[in-house]
Amino acid sequence: MTDQQWDTLSIQAVSAAGVVYFLALLAYSAQWAARRGAVEGEGSARAEVFARFAFLLTVVAGGVHLLALVARGFAADPNRVPWGNMYEFTLTATFVVTLVTVLFFRRWNLAFLGPWAVGLVMVVLMLDVVWLYEPIAPLTEALSSPWLVIHVIAAITATGVFTLGGLVSILYLLRESGRLSSLPAADVLDRISYRLHAFAFPIWTFAVLIAGPIWAHQAWSRYWGWDPKEVWAFITWVVYAAYLHARATAGWKGRAAAIVALVGLGTLWFNFIGINFFFGGGLHSYAKP
Amino acid sequence: MSSVREKPQGPAQGNERLPGELTLRELLRWTWRQLTSMRTALVLLFLLALAAIPGSVIPQTSVDDFAVKQWKADHTRLGPIYAKLGMFEVFSSPWFSAIYLLLAVSLVGCILPRTRVYWRALRAAPPTAPRNLTRLPDSAAFATEEAPEVVLDRARALLRKKRYRVVAGGDAVAAERGYLREAGNLLFHIAVLVVLAGFAIGSLWGYKGGVIIAEGSQFSNTPTQYDDFTPGKLTKASELDPFRLQLDRFDIQWLFDGPRKGMARKFVAGLTWWDSDGTKRTDDLKVNHPLSIGGTDVFLIGHGYAPVLTVRDAEGNVAYSGPTPFLPQEQRNFTSFGVVKVPDAKPKQIGLQGLFLPTYNGDPLNSAMGKDLNPLITMQAYVGDLGINGGVPQSIYSLDTSKMKLLAKPGGKMFRVDLKPGQSVDLPGGNGSVTFEGVKPWVRLEIAKKPGTWLALSGAIMALLGLCGSLYVRPRRLWVRAVRSADGETLVEVAGLDRSARSDLTDDLTAFVAALQGAATTDITTNGSAGAAGAAGVQEDQ
Ligand code: HEM
Repeated sequence: MTDQQWDTLSIQAVSAAGVVYFLALLAYSAQWAARRGAVEGEGSARAEVFARFAFLLTVVAGGVHLLALVARGFAADPNRVPWGNMYEFTLTATFVVTLVTVLFFRRWNLAFLGPWAVGLVMVVLMLDVVWLYEPIAPLTEALSSPWLVIHVIAAITATGVFTLGGLVSILYLLRESGRLSSLPAADVLDRISYRLHAFAFPIWTFAVLIAGPIWAHQAWSRYWGWDPKEVWAFITWVVYAAYLHARATAGWKGRAAAIVALVGLGTLWFNFIGINFFFGGGLHSYAKP
Repeated sequence: MSSVREKPQGPAQGNERLPGELTLRELLRWTWRQLTSMRTALVLLFLLALAAIPGSVIPQTSVDDFAVKQWKADHTRLGPIYAKLGMFEVFSSPWFSAIYLLLAVSLVGCILPRTRVYWRALRAAPPTAPRNLTRLPDSAAFATEEAPEVVLDRARALLRKKRYRVVAGGDAVAAERGYLREAGNLLFHIAVLVVLAGFAIGSLWGYKGGVIIAEGSQFSNTPTQYDDFTPGKLTKASELDPFRLQLDRFDIQWLFDGPRKGMARKFVAGLTWWDSDGTKRTDDLKVNHPLSIGGTDVFLIGHGYAPVLTVRDAEGNVAYSGPTPFLPQEQRNFTSFGVVKVPDAKPKQIGLQGLFLPTYNGDPLNSAMGKDLNPLITMQAYVGDLGINGGVPQSIYSLDTSKMKLLAKPGGKMFRVDLKPGQSVDLPGGNGSVTFEGVKPWVRLEIAKKPGTWLALSGAIMALLGLCGSLYVRPRRLWVRAVRSADGETLVEVAGLDRSARSDLTDDLTAFVAALQGAATTDITTNGSAGAAGAAGVQEDQ
């Protein structure tokens, strides 16, 4: 296949993934509607079928999403990892959200999370295509290093998982204030949220405090220089460390901890997107809008 | 706290104290307690995050000195106030340092007692079984024909195999595992201190500097040869590694098509260098691949053009000759700005300033691309006093024209030094001449030594390992009690307790009970979350 064909394939796959995510969302709505009618007992079997179908669609959408990523990598000349600009980062981070949802679906009983995660991915994917799309281009010199692969994959994975964790924290806050009674109990949500954060935090630590500095040392001649991206990566790290402490401190458990987690998510996404627009991205030149 | 004392009778006498009044020792003790509390740690962490924000909003001297100057020029009122507050050096400001030093103290105060507690726990036996096991949320009970000793022996063997620490006492077995969690937690917190230490060593005893060298030129590692040099507070200039290097050539690959047309890649600087004992070596220096010379790192961080100019003064003598680095204004097309100062020109000093266009294409302000396909310099010429001898240090990239006269053609028409390689022009008024000999590339090197880097890196890795231990190791206690009941059967009770995130205690307990029963079974009763766990999923407490 030529680069041009790969490029077209990638773009088509993104659209297709969007459509399948939408279908999954429809299936989830059908499940929800069926369950509402389940008081008479009969609907619940149907709800079960819809739920399975929705999960299946989510898996398919995730597969197409992955195809979009891989094709994007092959479309570049020379072939490369698809992490060269904001469009590609967002494409990957949303994929991580889907992947984690699917992988831990059973183990952590994430069935309740399905529609929310799918909805989030779909919306962010749309914004990504509309606002952040960039034509394919080779990496700048500073970006073509093995440490790019390591640092970026870790940062994106952590971003995806933190995002999912933040989503569950929001659901927790809603559930705790008496809404969304169909969701699992508030303390179950609280624990799932904690687990997602506890999963992401070491990855984030590795990305920004180990791999990042090593790469920065090679590319920019210093391992830590308080450039705006670094400042905000540090802030994010400190806020999430505060979240973990908050969880261990009696008075801060639950609601307060969830709010700290969301502050963390705010700093994370501000760093991811906001910094580029407000501060020109500093040395992280890929991020120049 | 022992601050509640009896109210003193009558007027104060001697060391009688008022209620709530503390002795110095108590005050210190109280302060220490407060400082090392988790709550304070939380607050300090937040403060640290908040305090870092100005560092990203306001330009920082350490990041971009030029931006700071620009900012100060744009904000004449706020500038001095911010400077006083340390806003341009947030990360070395007293208030930022105060927060992280307090955090470090808090951390030490947190680590020490916890290490002591942990040490004791390590040597202590697992806590003995509570009296009534079936009252615990996760428990099970069954009856069997086997003798209690047989069941307890089997329990011990099974638990040992699962790497529990086991003690047997009387009619029960107590077991515990997951000691590594707290070890990980302690390791993590100690590692934070190690990272801080590494960072501090680097910034106190390290240095960094930048220098531009043109092809064919040499550089010796002494502070005076740097264009900019930032030593740490305790760095001694005499301690710089004495090496010398020379730029033999600089190769670059320009892209003539594709989406990044006009951009460059594959920057390679061919260096010859001599280490402290004069041993000579040659190396290719590339972006992303620093060269290490005896612990000092040399990085390639920029490039540009240095037109080679020869300036003759009014007396006809060569007053200046050599490559002069011009600074790229535009990374896209390398339109570059530069200044030539000729202090030796007689009778009047000469100054030139203007642009270098690597590919002149009819537009006198913009080069068509970055590669030097059709080089042109276009400069203004001044004569007079360069102001160099006034003692005030001057940037070599700006010309102080306050005591100089702009040269114009007779009749006042504009005069410019517009030259292609090989061309010369006479300055009006018999002030001499300028010859553009050719173009040489230059590279900008960043040279840095940061002792303590390895310490910081090891600290970060330790922190990561510790973190994984502290987040993923899940401590658990298990108890088994077996007693012979009145009817001759053996009644076995099993209970578990988790102190961390855990979803499978109940499942594990069920499996354990099954293994413990071997073959002989009568009915089992399970307790607590056992039934609900399947639905509720996560069982955790921390
Ligand atoms: C630079 C400052 C600090 C950082 C970055 C930091 C970071 C962390 C992190 C990431 C954790 C998560 C591990 C876990 O959840 O088990 C943690 C746990 C903990 N930290 Fe800190 N910490 C700091 C200072 C302190 C201080 C000063 C204290 C003393 C009050 C403290 C006490 C604790 C305790 C007791 C835990 C264990 C919580 C648990 O068992 O779940 N930390 N810390």
